[in-house]
Amino acid sequence: MASLSIDNVCKTYNNGTDVLKGIDIAIDDGQFLILVGPSGCGKSTLLNMIAGLDDISSGDIRIGARRVNDLSPKDRDIAMVFQSYALYPSMSVRQNISFGLEIRKQPKAEIDATVNRVAEMLQITHLLDRKPSQLSGGQRQRVAMGRALARNPSIFLFDEPLSNLDAKLRVEMRTEIKLMHQRLKSTIVYVTHDQIEAMTLGDRIAVMKDGIVQQFGSPQEIYDNPANLFVAGFIGSPSMNFIPATVVEAPGGLGVKVCDDHGCVVLPLPHDRAKLSAWIGKEVIFGIRPEQITDARTAHREGLPQMDCHVKVIEPTGPDTLIFVTLNDTKVCCRAHPTEAKRPGDAMQLVFDVSKAVLFDPKTEVRIA
Amino acid sequence: MANKLSIGRLLVYAALALVALYYLLPLYVMLTTSFKTLDDIRQGNLLSLPHAWDGGAWAKAWASACTGIECGGMKGFFWNSVKMTVPAVLISTMIGAVNGYVVSMWRFKGSDALFTLLLVGCFIPFQVVLLPMAQLLGWLGLANTTAGLVLVHVIYGTAFTTLFFRNFYVTVPDELVKAGRIDGAGFWTIFFRILLPVSGPIFVVCVIWQFTQIWNDFLFGVVFAAGEAQPITVALNNLVNTSTGVKEYNVDMASAIIAALPTLFVYMVAGRYFVRGLTAGAVKG
Repeated sequence: MASLSIDNVCKTYNNGTDVLKGIDIAIDDGQFLILVGPSGCGKSTLLNMIAGLDDISSGDIRIGARRVNDLSPKDRDIAMVFQSYALYPSMSVRQNISFGLEIRKQPKAEIDATVNRVAEMLQITHLLDRKPSQLSGGQRQRVAMGRALARNPSIFLFDEPLSNLDAKLRVEMRTEIKLMHQRLKSTIVYVTHDQIEAMTLGDRIAVMKDGIVQQFGSPQEIYDNPANLFVAGFIGSPSMNFIPATVVEAPGGLGVKVCDDHGCVVLPLPHDRAKLSAWIGKEVIFGIRPEQITDARTAHREGLPQMDCHVKVIEPTGPDTLIFVTLNDTKVCCRAHPTEAKRPGDAMQLVFDVSKAVLFDPKTEVRIA
Repeated sequence: MANKLSIGRLLVYAALALVALYYLLPLYVMLTTSFKTLDDIRQGNLLSLPHAWDGGAWAKAWASACTGIECGGMKGFFWNSVKMTVPAVLISTMIGAVNGYVVSMWRFKGSDALFTLLLVGCFIPFQVVLLPMAQLLGWLGLANTTAGLVLVHVIYGTAFTTLFFRNFYVTVPDELVKAGRIDGAGFWTIFFRILLPVSGPIFVVCVIWQFTQIWNDFLFGVVFAAGEAQPITVALNNLVNTSTGVKEYNVDMASAIIAALPTLFVYMVAGRYFVRGLTAGAVKG
């Protein structure tokens, strides 16, 4: 196992497009790093560069204390699991797992022992003599992981390994990957576009967009304190509500004014007055997560600002019901207890927990407070 | 479709039968004529069966028919063609496989341009290269030899085989190559251990195509290999056009069939593997 550090790494293609514009990420030995972002953000390119499958235009990548910029993939002591699994079609499962060990000229007995150990761990022993074409998607996924595990590398690289699986299997495999990480304490870099995978698996998350790391931190940090509008909207499902609102004076501080077709309410802001004084009277984007707008019973606290809102649509999800209302002409999603939810067309009392609300500059989309 | 013999279906079958007949009739005439004696041919009808099945024409075609001033039958020229076709097919297919592997999996600066240039090679008419190629073969000392013909066919065939293999390998996920590189395999190990084992179908396609092209080629054969080294297609032409004495239709027909047999054989044997390869690959999990 080893730590990984990425210092000011850039990638420019021959035709002049910048794919990565100065990436800085560092994780410790044994951490689970997630690279997450929409397609085209450069996350897979970055992973390929860590693997050595793609050249670095400038900057440094270190695995442990070793600078690996100019090392070929086979000398970097890494293993990779691919989205398509990339199992060698003509080889049996056993050969797939042992191929990398054979190339490294390990003794036959050692290879057999490793293959058996890994197969047992992943419960694929009964599949060892099958060809990849005879396996289901989940089994192929396991074999691909087995191939990586057998090599016992310093760093595991996962390139969207679950996106070809159906929803149920994806959740199962997600737990297994997490379990494997907890057991082996391995260093993992994991690329995904799925923010739920990012939140559930990662120790550290790097949210990327347009070749730039928008925010790097622990899942909870990123969820609670998004650095900008993009991160706030990307992480969390349903995503954070962005309500254009004006900063106004409120009793004991500042607030934002929010109106429904029934009336208006001033939501007091928890932030420091000095930080926001320049924004008084100006429009900001008020960010609040769906679970922070709820019914009185779920809110569980007295003295929170509340307002009767006109329910437009409801979406029951089972554990709770999503309620859509319109505030400041913007569709807003709220999360309420199923029994408390009103019907579309009715008015419903909603309670706002503003303690975790955030404000963004509407022009630069950067977090203000 | 409960009623299998509806009028529409009958029409379709009738049309198919007609077309099949149209294609089979010449073969029938060739076969029957080749087993007739000359007398039989003169007396009988073109479509009638031989009065007595006689293999004399075949024996003569193989061993003693006259092509120009030589009278050794098709035998020697048949082997000339084998000696030309087999190496040319194998070499051009192997080169095509490696080329296709490189231009699809190991892109480098200018690899697309290189591939385009190779592609243009498929569209160069034979006639255009005749004179420069003759000059080149002269310089190399390969004029009028089977080796020279092999060289010409390898050069010409590489454009096609590269195209075949490239188009096949672009459908293979390049993650396979990446996985191989991470496992520590080099250029040739990846090619021989990972890609070649899945290339069966395209090999068969390539071999059928190249074999047919090279075996049936007449122009290169007639220009670059004269006399002793000429392939069977040229010999057949000489045999049919030799105009001394009586026109021996039965010998002509037998010779033509001898010249066509290897390609038929390749289609029958390899074609089956081709279909098998395709269906084996199509089973997805």
